[in-house]
This record gives sequence, structure tokens and C-alpha cells, in this order.
Amino acid sequence: MTGAGRYWRIALGAIVIAGLIVVPMNFNRYGLFILSQWAVMTIAAMGLNLTLGYAGQVSLAQGAFVGIGAYAAAIMTSQGMPLISALGIAVVVCFAVGWILGYPALRVQHHYLAFVTLAFSTLAFLVFRNEDWLTKGIYGISNIPRPHIFGVATNRPLPFYYVCLGSLGIVSVMLWWLIRSPWGRAFQALRENPIRALSLGIDTRRYTLMAFAIGSALGGVAGTLYAPLTQYVDPVPFNLSLSLDLLMMVIVGGAGFFFGPFLGAMIAVLLPEWLRFTQGYYLMLYAIAVILLLIYSPTGILGILDRFLAERRTKTASALRAVAESRLGTAP
Amino acid sequence: MTAVLEVTNISKRFGGISAVDGVSFDVHEGEILGMIGPNGCGKSTLFNCILGQLTPSDGEVKVDGKVVTGFRPSDLNRLGVSRTFQLLQVFPKLSVRENLILAGQEHQGSMMSRLFGPSDAGLSEAADRMIGFFKLDHLADEAAGGLSYGQQKLLDAAMAFMGGPRLVLLDEPAGGVNLTMLVDLRERLAAINREKRATFVVIEHNMEFVMSLCSRVMVMAEGRVLAMGKPEEVRANPAVIEAYLGH
Repeated sequence: MTGAGRYWRIALGAIVIAGLIVVPMNFNRYGLFILSQWAVMTIAAMGLNLTLGYAGQVSLAQGAFVGIGAYAAAIMTSQGMPLISALGIAVVVCFAVGWILGYPALRVQHHYLAFVTLAFSTLAFLVFRNEDWLTKGIYGISNIPRPHIFGVATNRPLPFYYVCLGSLGIVSVMLWWLIRSPWGRAFQALRENPIRALSLGIDTRRYTLMAFAIGSALGGVAGTLYAPLTQYVDPVPFNLSLSLDLLMMVIVGGAGFFFGPFLGAMIAVLLPEWLRFTQGYYLMLYAIAVILLLIYSPTGILGILDRFLAERRTKTASALRAVAESRLGTAP
Repeated sequence: MTAVLEVTNISKRFGGISAVDGVSFDVHEGEILGMIGPNGCGKSTLFNCILGQLTPSDGEVKVDGKVVTGFRPSDLNRLGVSRTFQLLQVFPKLSVRENLILAGQEHQGSMMSRLFGPSDAGLSEAADRMIGFFKLDHLADEAAGGLSYGQQKLLDAAMAFMGGPRLVLLDEPAGGVNLTMLVDLRERLAAINREKRATFVVIEHNMEFVMSLCSRVMVMAEGRVLAMGKPEEVRANPAVIEAYLGH
């Protein structure tokens, strides 16, 4: 990458971050709720993007991990425990369960793996609904408190939005580090060519399990924010459709692109709101938009950008080659 | 001479078919053993049995005197046994440099140091040296999938050397590579063999390539060893001419 391109990127990033901090100051309660929801869903989708987009392991269970995180937060904070301890528990539990869920991926792949994870998703939903002693079943857990961060109460929508945004920032930095590390490279090797990876000393078993565990743990992180955001948790939001929504966010945004989940979650959370003026038609319009996008660009929105940049690079390269050839032609 | 690789009585059966049938041989330190034979005679299956991609039905494989039969390919690789594949096996979306770093990174440090340490696992320089050695300099930042077939073949071979292996098994490294590149490849392999004392086993159909590179040649037919010896001996062997070389 050229130096100038790098500065443009940093400038663009700074503007977006500043915008996310400053602009919502004027938003009403509802706008802040939607934006907080975007931040939370982005975290969950980033986890799935690691498992699916980078490591190439299909999962239809990410919604269940959001549920596990949400219930951990709901149960613990309504008992008066701090949210941070719920976060710790949720991360550990989701990591461990994700690790175990990774084992089938060592045997089966693609749609077979999708079915295994789908079964887990259903199982988790049944636990949320039927284990009344723990989850209060279909009545759900209400009056979930919002946390105090460094002694500051975040009950109002704006401070809690900043909690969500800050968490998204921390998760992004951590994931960026992970993707750029040798681990990230090994995850991509799993996706691209597991047999070759194995012959290069890459312990594909351990990395597959890690991809599942870390991705699931991020689902748990999203869940621990979801519970205090809605302040009410019941089983319905964590059924299979959340997993499918998250899958769609990853695919639409661009699987295997770092910023894919940000865009995908934006479309999945915000677009239905923008289309609300069409009343009964908004879901249909939304569905059509997604279908058209995926026909035009199966690699998602960032896939379009990537294609555009690749074409431009090829054009520049062939222009350079043409110049070089014409010089050769005129050389004595 | 000490044996780096000892293969004893390896067999592999698929249902009623014996793809490899009681093959035994040794490979000595620093030698280049060529392996030839008609298509379907069991060469690649034998490789896969040695390297843990397949579990042999019978027999034993030793590397440096240690029994490694049934080891996983990744564990074998970390013991210093590396390979290339007959069909192209690079990571198409990663750049040439990333492919090479990936090929060496699991030989550096621990899982933890690979997570928290530098993103190139300290291998950028080694990767660039390898890129220079295989004359891929102008392609270092290109996605491997965009390279020509011959270039990918060179990359594939280069990747096998990133972990500093003692023993490398090359499955048809010259297949589909043009003549100029072939000379390059042979020269590179000979240089690595000379300088690093790396030991090779090479499956190849290009007779000139095998005869000029290898110190010994093993001929396989129908899952068995038909002949073993110096290139000129093998070339003169009537049974080999009958089965493989033709008249």
C-alpha cells in the first residue's frame, strides 16, 4: 500500500469514529437504542466472521451464544453482581461450549456442519425456554440493571450507547490483532486448504477448535451487552432466526473482510428501520435488496469494493507494462 | 551413512486392491532419491502413507531412527519432514510472502508466542530470502492464486523448505513446468541439497530431470519395488525398460 493511501485510510477511520461519538449526542432514545443494537450485533457478527469468514467453518449457532451471554448477564446482574463478572463468566462458558461445538467440525464440513450447529442452536433455545429455575422460562427476566462504569451510571441511553461503542472498539482492536497474527494466517489456511496446512505443521485440529471457541466467546460478549441494553431477556430473540440474521450480516457485509460485519450489521439493523415508512412492505423490500446484492456480488458489499480495487490495480499494472514494453521496443 | 528415512514393508490396501504392496527402502542423509514408475503404480499412495495423510495397512516408517507410523502430518512436519503435492497446493488468496511465512510459522515459538508475538513470526526476512532464491521477487506481494502454473509450482516447492526440513518428499515437482523454469528448479533443489544437506525423495516422470538430479533411483510397478540403483544402472535394467521406459 502506498503511503498516501494509508493516510487516507487513517483519516477516514478517524472521521467515522468521531462521527460515531459526536453525532448520536443529538439522537433521541429510539435512535440511540438502534445504534447500540448495531454495536452489539456487530460484535456478535465479528465473532461469526472469524469462525466462518476467516476459518471457513459454517455455524448456525452464533445466536445461541448471544443468548448464553445475555442470560449470564441477566441472571448475575439481577442478583446484584457486577456486569464485568457476568462478562467473564459468559466469555469462559461460550469459549468452552464453542470449543466443544468445534469437535464435529473436525469430522464434518459445510452443510453437514451447519446441521450440527443448528441442532445445538435448538438445544440452547429449549434450555432457555424450559429451565425455569434458571431462566424463568417464557416469562423472561426483567428489570435488568445497567452497569456503573468507573462509578458513572449508564442508565441513560447515551452513556450506555458509549458502553456498547467502547466495547465494540476494544473487541475490534483485539480481533484486528488476532487476524494479523500468525493465528489469523493459520485460520485462513484452514479455509483455503486444510490438507496443505496440515503438511506445513499447522495443527488444524487445534486451530479449528480455537476458531469456534473465540468466535463463540465474542457471541457471549455481545450477549452480555444485549441484556442491559434491552433490560429484559426472554428466549424468543435467541431462536434460530438470530443465528440466521447474524449469518446474513456476515455474508452481506462480506465474509472474511474485517469490516464486513460492521456493514452487514448496519444493513440488518438499520435498513428495516429506514424502510419502516413503507409499512407492511419493508420486509419484502429488504429481502429483495439482499437477494439482488448477493446476485450482483456473492462476496458481499466489501466484495464489490475489493473487485473494484483489484481491477484498478490490474489496469495500473498493465499500463506500466505497456510503458515498459514500448521502451523496450524503442531501445537500440 | 545414516538413514534419515527407513521404510519397512509398507502396504496399503483399498478394499481388495493393494495400491502399495510390501515396499521397503532407506534414504540416506544428504541423498536425492528419485522415484519413478507408471501412473497408478502406488508412488503417491506410498508418499501419503509415509507422511501420515493415509494410515498404512501394514509396515513401519522411521525418521532418524524414530518410529513415526500413524503420526499426523502436522506432527511429522514439525519433526522436519516436509512435502509438496502433485497437484497445486498453495493458499490462493494469500500473497506469495504470506504463503511462505505461513509455511514456516509453526516452526517458530509456541502457540502463545504466535498469538502475542510479531505478526510475521519473525519470518519476513527468511521469506524474502526464499523468494529471492526461487526468483519470485517481482511477485512477492501478489496473491498466489494469480501466479502462473509454473510460478505456483516454484512457490509450492519454496514453501516446503520454509521450516528448514531435514527430509523433503517432492511429488512431481516438474509436472507442467516449462523448460527454463525446470532448469531453474533443478538448480535450486541441487543447491539446497548441497548447502543445507537436506535429503530429498522425488517422484517425477521427467526422466532427464530425475537422471540429472538424483543420486539413486527407485522404480515402482504395481505397488512393488521393481528396481533400485544408480540412475545409469536403472536405465539399463531390462525389467525397468519393459515396465516403464519403453523401447
